[in-house]
Amino acid sequence: MSVGDSLFGVHATALQLRSQRMAMLASNIANAATPNYKARDMDFAQALRQASDGESIESAIAYRVPLQPSLDGNTVEMSTEQTAFAENALAYRSSLSFLQGRVGTMMRALKGE
Amino acid sequence: MAGHPLSLFEISGRAMSAQLVRLNTTASNLANAGTVSGSEQGAFRSLKPVFRTVMGENGTSTVAIDQIVSSPAAPTKRHDPSHPLADSNGDVWEAAVDSAAEMVEMLETSRQYQNNVQVLQTAKGLMLETLRLGQ
Repeated sequence: MSVGDSLFGVHATALQLRSQRMAMLASNIANAATPNYKARDMDFAQALRQASDGESIESAIAYRVPLQPSLDGNTVEMSTEQTAFAENALAYRSSLSFLQGRVGTMMRALKGE
Repeated sequence: MAGHPLSLFEISGRAMSAQLVRLNTTASNLANAGTVSGSEQGAFRSLKPVFRTVMGENGTSTVAIDQIVSSPAAPTKRHDPSHPLADSNGDVWEAAVDSAAEMVEMLETSRQYQNNVQVLQTAKGLMLETLRLGQ
């Protein structure tokens, strides 16, 4: 375990995964009009567990099951994707504020104020 | 899966360019709605872009224009001998453009373009916040 790991705990990994999930959701939104595109998402809890154990998160990525499949084979549902994106952005921000807290704590300890 | 993981700017940026091409085809279709030609071959047929997914690594992908196809809908033949472009039978052909469908297409394109802008704005905000970490 490196110094960074003990300092930031799970939050550093979480932030990295949140950023990766944000790119995946952005891909889904980008492909909203592409025929035969299959939307993908990440099982975040599983991905975090695997990433913390140093494993690949490949198996945590899965195709989304559409509520209402469309005729052109596209499985992007805008409402689902936008909600997931908003939720993910909020979670990213919370991970970031946890990290900020840790950095602040450490800074105060170093300065000895 | 091929290539490198795509950045958010590549994903949304290229999607926006694809939507812009779609908006351009819609604009030219609407501009040519109601145009008349003296022959069936010469009549305007509406254009449609075909999107294709471009795969990146780590579950990322963006979109590109695969090709732009002409609609198979036939131009409407109209008998109008007084028209200056009319052929020997007195017929002219009107462009095969469905204005209502094009308007719907335009609206959808604009919404999807906006979605990509929103994604980019959110992502950029979060990245800037991350840059300020520890300050």
